[in-house]
Amino acid sequence: MELLDILLSASFWAAVVRIASPLILATMGELICERAGVLNLGIEGIMVAGAFSGWFAVYLGAPLWWGVGAALVTGMAFGLLHGTLTVPLGLSQHVVGLGITLLATAAAYYAYRLALPQVSTPPRITPFAALPIPGLSRIPVLGPALFAQTALTYLAFAVALATAVVLYRTPLGLALRAVGENPAAVEAQGLSVTGLRLGAVIVGSGLMAVGGAFLTLSAFSSFFFEMVNGRGWVCIALVVFGAWRPGKAVLGALLFAAFDALQIRLQPLAPGVPYQLFLMLPFVLSILALVVMSRRARVPAALMVPYRRGER
Amino acid sequence: MRLEPIADSSAARRLGMPAAALAVTAAVGMALAALAGADPFAVLGLIAKGAAGSRFALLETLNRATPLIFTGLAVAVAFRAKLWNIGAEAQLYAGALAVAMLGTGTLAWPAAPLLPALALAAVGAGALTLLGPAVLKVRFGVDEVVTTLLFNFVMLLFVSMLLEGPLKDPLALGWPQSAALLGDARLPRIATGLRLHWGFLLGLIAAVAVWAIMARTTLGFEMRAVGENREAAAFSGIPVGRVLLRTALLSGGLAGLAGFVELAGAKGSLTLDLSPGFGYTGIIVAMLALLNPLGVVVSAIFVAGVFVGADSMSRASGVPSYLADIMLASALLSMVTALMLTRYRLRRG
Repeated sequence: MELLDILLSASFWAAVVRIASPLILATMGELICERAGVLNLGIEGIMVAGAFSGWFAVYLGAPLWWGVGAALVTGMAFGLLHGTLTVPLGLSQHVVGLGITLLATAAAYYAYRLALPQVSTPPRITPFAALPIPGLSRIPVLGPALFAQTALTYLAFAVALATAVVLYRTPLGLALRAVGENPAAVEAQGLSVTGLRLGAVIVGSGLMAVGGAFLTLSAFSSFFFEMVNGRGWVCIALVVFGAWRPGKAVLGALLFAAFDALQIRLQPLAPGVPYQLFLMLPFVLSILALVVMSRRARVPAALMVPYRRGER
Repeated sequence: MRLEPIADSSAARRLGMPAAALAVTAAVGMALAALAGADPFAVLGLIAKGAAGSRFALLETLNRATPLIFTGLAVAVAFRAKLWNIGAEAQLYAGALAVAMLGTGTLAWPAAPLLPALALAAVGAGALTLLGPAVLKVRFGVDEVVTTLLFNFVMLLFVSMLLEGPLKDPLALGWPQSAALLGDARLPRIATGLRLHWGFLLGLIAAVAVWAIMARTTLGFEMRAVGENREAAAFSGIPVGRVLLRTALLSGGLAGLAGFVELAGAKGSLTLDLSPGFGYTGIIVAMLALLNPLGVVVSAIFVAGVFVGADSMSRASGVPSYLADIMLASALLSMVTALMLTRYRLRRG
């Protein structure tokens, strides 16, 4: 009965969309990298760096959208590093990705400590305010969930749509998908495998950082340690869950967010159950989703395979 | 830009490239120290002094290196077979959990049978923790990178749940902490008056044992073959799935032992901050050692030294100790790049 009340409440669905937004942004970033054939395990750290740099820019007095821009540029810089090491140099994508995560996380924490040496409570900024769309936001349940969110949430869905359109409806998207399946064929067409992959990693990493910035600029309004808390790894699971397709990945993010929003609301209803079990739920479900989906998913054929001209 | 293999690379190149990687690491550290308004050379000096400048500092470094030897070995073994175990953190806590459950009074034995029993329990718990993701990989093709990573979060929440529930020490006011291990469940110090416990020697023994397994046994040969080329290994009749499962047991067991030595050797009671990321740092340790089990000992001491030295440097100079993490991540990335450039050269076009 109470469960039904939760599922019918507008605030629940608004929370689902809100929780899904950073995941959608970062998942699209990872999906673009992987469709081009590069696994980007830097995602967790790049999200931390994006969360910090976006917040820090605004804390220093920049407008909110400049904060988003700062996160984007930070992410692209780490993407350039990741891409240079994994694409032209062809180094292990596992090792480089984990190295980037360590580097980006530590860099954000170092910069935070440097800028604010002696703070116990993290300073707050004024985050993005809700931007209700006239008319549409009045629709019961659906209105508050979809049309009374912040600008960054609208951006997340716009990015997902753009990713799908570019991947499936443009020559660039065709080339990107091909470079993740059969790079030699792309090369034979006179296109640069290195350029396409490097570009995908840079753009994808930028999106991951914007996903991280959502946490500080739209959700929590301050930066604190451990705030990304595995969201990046969840996004990697969502790419697999979505079978490397943007639409399905968005559905996965919404599903994941629904469980997350639900576990918070179920906690007070079951006071005898340890709260940690509820917090585990999203991670356990991600693993289960991977098990179910991995059997059917079509992995990009050249994922994690470095391309060297003339070698097979 | 393309890579051109170098037929036989010169000694200068083979030594110069890793040296350049270390120089890059030092340069990154110095630049960041300057950014913090400190004297770069003084900061590097303080790190070195804090890591090895006194008997106390050196022993502190060796103590910190002890769990890293085990997690480094765990990662090295797994990565050698291209089993991407990023979950050493979870396996470490599983091992520690087994030790805390059995060593706080459940088994009231004397030290001689108790310590080996606890070590075995930790090995078993760590091995089982990695066996799950390994079975999922072998049977269903589920990517182990993501499952082992996600499992770290599940395990930490599980430990937190037990520490606030059945394992909670009733005498610890509010703080989630297990009861203290029995005196006989503690690893003794190597010599009286020496602040270094037996875990370090166990680490050295484990490194030699793992080296022997990798270099001298069929399993080691099969693990390397599976890591080199999975299809070729399968084609030549190596049971790839079974080898990966055995690798997982070995790797998870080693990470479980890291939990045992840290809990029974250093901490004495289980808390949620038993490991400040030893499982993740094990990846850096293993990669800097080029996945060589004996090299892991050296690189664990180096990595521990950077952490211990940076802590002490931070207290003296006010430069944030996260400098250590940045330097080690730079060391990892520049070292893999340097090794690539000893075998290939970059050409235009």
